[in-house]
Amino acid sequence: MSAQTLSFAPDSQTTSGCLDAPVLRERGQREVFCGLTGIVWMHRKIQDAFFLIVGSRTCAHLMQSAAGVMIFAEPRFGTAIIDERDLAGLADANAELDRVVDRLLSRRPDIKLLFLVGSCPSEVIKLDLSRAAQRLSRQHMPAVRVLNYSGSGIETTFTQGEDACLASLVPELPPSTDPGVPQLLVVGALSDVVEDQFKRLFDELGLAPVAFLPPRKSSELPSVGESTRYLLAQPFLSDTGRALDQRGASHVPAAFPLGAEGTTLWLRAAADTFGISPALFEKVIAAPRARAERALENHRGALAGRRLFMFPDSQLEPPLARFLSREMGMSLIEVGTPYLNRQHLAEELALLPPGTRLSEGQDVDKQLDRCRADKPDLVLCGLGLANPLEAEGIATKWSIETVFTPIQGYEQAGDLAKIFARPLRRRQLLEV
Amino acid sequence: MQLTLWTYEGPPHVGAMRIATAMKGLHYVLHAPQGDTYADLLFTMIERRNHRPPVTYTTFQARDLGSDTAELFQNAVRDACNRFQPEAMLVGASCTAELIQDDPGGLARALNLPVPVVPLELPSYQKKENWGAAETLYQLVRTLLGPKAPAPGIARSPRAVSRKPRCNLLGPTALGFRHRDDVTELTRLLTSLGIEINLVAPLDARPSDLLRIPDADFNVVMYPEIASPVAQWLKRTFAQPMSTIVPIGVNATREFIAEVARLAGLDPATVKSVGDSRLPWYSRSIDSTYLTGKRVFVFGDATHAIAAARVAEEELGFKVVGLGTYSREMARDVRTAAQKYGVEPLISDDYLEVEERIVEAQPEIVLGTQMERHIAKRLGIPCAVISAPVHVQDFPARYSPQMGFEGANVLFDTFVHPLMMGLEEHLIGMFREDFEFHGDAAPSHLGHMTAQPDATAAQVSVADRSEGVTHASPPAVVSEIGWKPEAEAELKKIPFFVRGKARRNTEKFACDRGLDVITIETIYDAKAHFGK
Repeated sequence: MSAQTLSFAPDSQTTSGCLDAPVLRERGQREVFCGLTGIVWMHRKIQDAFFLIVGSRTCAHLMQSAAGVMIFAEPRFGTAIIDERDLAGLADANAELDRVVDRLLSRRPDIKLLFLVGSCPSEVIKLDLSRAAQRLSRQHMPAVRVLNYSGSGIETTFTQGEDACLASLVPELPPSTDPGVPQLLVVGALSDVVEDQFKRLFDELGLAPVAFLPPRKSSELPSVGESTRYLLAQPFLSDTGRALDQRGASHVPAAFPLGAEGTTLWLRAAADTFGISPALFEKVIAAPRARAERALENHRGALAGRRLFMFPDSQLEPPLARFLSREMGMSLIEVGTPYLNRQHLAEELALLPPGTRLSEGQDVDKQLDRCRADKPDLVLCGLGLANPLEAEGIATKWSIETVFTPIQGYEQAGDLAKIFARPLRRRQLLEV
Repeated sequence: MQLTLWTYEGPPHVGAMRIATAMKGLHYVLHAPQGDTYADLLFTMIERRNHRPPVTYTTFQARDLGSDTAELFQNAVRDACNRFQPEAMLVGASCTAELIQDDPGGLARALNLPVPVVPLELPSYQKKENWGAAETLYQLVRTLLGPKAPAPGIARSPRAVSRKPRCNLLGPTALGFRHRDDVTELTRLLTSLGIEINLVAPLDARPSDLLRIPDADFNVVMYPEIASPVAQWLKRTFAQPMSTIVPIGVNATREFIAEVARLAGLDPATVKSVGDSRLPWYSRSIDSTYLTGKRVFVFGDATHAIAAARVAEEELGFKVVGLGTYSREMARDVRTAAQKYGVEPLISDDYLEVEERIVEAQPEIVLGTQMERHIAKRLGIPCAVISAPVHVQDFPARYSPQMGFEGANVLFDTFVHPLMMGLEEHLIGMFREDFEFHGDAAPSHLGHMTAQPDATAAQVSVADRSEGVTHASPPAVVSEIGWKPEAEAELKKIPFFVRGKARRNTEKFACDRGLDVITIETIYDAKAHFGK
């Protein structure tokens, strides 16, 4: 097994894997979060930002339920709940919004960046949040910049909320000051510890200064321009990628930094773009890669040969599937994703074992039928499905954990494997 | 528009889901965009249910809005009916679908399904979760039983003496605060009184079971927020009497027994001594003396808040210093109860307002929801959870009812344990200057939770968690009066559990006399003045 899993030499990329594989497209009931949920991690990532959802009580309820726990510290997000007076035209929705924003900003003087986040109801009643954001920005600049994006369920699923948020930031990025010198921009929210690790590796490779989007503070927005080479840290950033392209930046195609192999491919794509010598590259990554491989070894026994079924949730599914099959030896029954961006995932799809069943979109009842018929050893799924499947005797892993946990990079490769190994190990452990 | 950072209740369609999920053989088709399916996790994660809620969502997307969302809805209803073979269906819209006005009821009717279909009109922009649950239960029962209603004016035939009296337990739902255990406890209590349980609804009932509701002699309204409308309708339509007392606490349980005996036509003399609670003796036991006059702030749904306030004051000897609810539908009952305790009722679903009022009231314990637990934690005040909204911790593995005599035992433990103190704390009071007992140490039962006294107030205040206020927002009198350092030090020698009261009394005493500095003398003058 280890011989196979470690054979990710360049020749494996000459086979096309699942690059042109057919995809099962379904349009039935989707059991996924909407893009508002991205706020749960984005509001912690950008520390001086506040996310104000303009929506309904359902949106507010979703946020506190999806956060998994009740909110401990006062969160940097809230909901302006549209009520019947707004709908009946008794109150001017824009005036109401201004009032709510005034109250909010006076309570929270620490806020420097305010996102007005559109929801299903605000989209359906066609409340123009981009105009509202411009108006409010004029009122509150320079203290507070006001932007808008949509996290509505009619347009976005789960992680697409982060995509929409970052895309709304792109026009705000200052232009590059030195257009001649290529600069690396890493795009996609990473946990702080992972970001710092990557920063150190890029420094050692001689790529400094490397910028990250989103920044930890809104005052530290990275610059962008034709010299910008952007590397995606997350696979769900279609709109952000497009917006960066429009600013003249160019995309560095790469697999995603999950597992030892993924991390190596991701770093190498950057290194190659900047003409770093293979010798230096090997020197820099040798030790952390060896650590990652040792860490993976601990979990391979639990995972190798086990059959995995992935329900669509975060768009992280294809890279996770690549990691689990190639490095951990799992066999893939179905890899579901809410949306398959063939351009951003080309490197990943090429590495998936030929014949893997790919599905995009969902008809949850039919997918559950397939899952039960396939009798997988482990299912990756959302919170609504996990306990019911466990009760049927099927081991599950919540996919939300792959979004809320630092899993990228060499030092986290073992943690990522552990996330999938733990449910299986636990079943062996329990004697009740 | 209302700025909300946290909400006590979900939207009304979540209330409808609580009814659908509680029952068997019922399926709910909800016209809703993707994302609204988050509500499933309330049941599968928080309540740890082992089945998906019986809910199909249409999960329409933006591209569907241009074409035919109505057709999408009809297909979803037809497919759900075929796949799940329910005895009855609920159809309705979530907040977004309400705006696109597809008329789920009419669309479902046009399908001529082989089962009864109950259209739900739940106005998302006006109403909330409990109202949605109550309306759903009422509409469901009305749809199924309406055709069987007797002609107006026909009296119920009296119960044959040979037959035991029967009642229905109405109100327990999925995701309810201890509903599962309350049903067990009341079943045990009523059965011991010689009253049979005809039906529990909606929990674990099937739509076909609801047809048997009229077979009971009366209805027990367990949770008025949910069961009142349906019980009122049954009273009007089937002349079926209903209970009005919620048996939470010893006294309420005794009154409930008397009430159901009357409703059941039983001889009150025979229904005595059906078990009792340990609460009365525990409360009289010498160890409970320290509970006397504990300042308690109560907030929750109306039923639990009213009951908790009564238990706290009548049965534990606490002093209710605040009472409130987020249940606007039952605001009147809470106002009446608040009057009894001489406090200003708080009717609000804005947790920031609740927090403000807690700070003002300076309670020594808070009985509230998970939100008040967080507020109390921030303020360093002990807290117990008495009401929904629920958290995974509110579904304990052990038997833990709120109702009946066992429920009263549970309440005693729940209210008293956060306050628990023993000899250790008395020793701390005796030997304040012991270096390990320093004045800034939190009472041991509160662990390391600390309030954050603000920097400017720190000089003036004892950093004392048991006083239950953040010094960032001290009551008005404090700002006028300064404490001499030696008076401050003396105050720290007073046991923490009476220190808050000593501070307040001293400041009031000084304020009434126009003193602007508090000395050691002032503390003891005040003590002599207030000590009775």
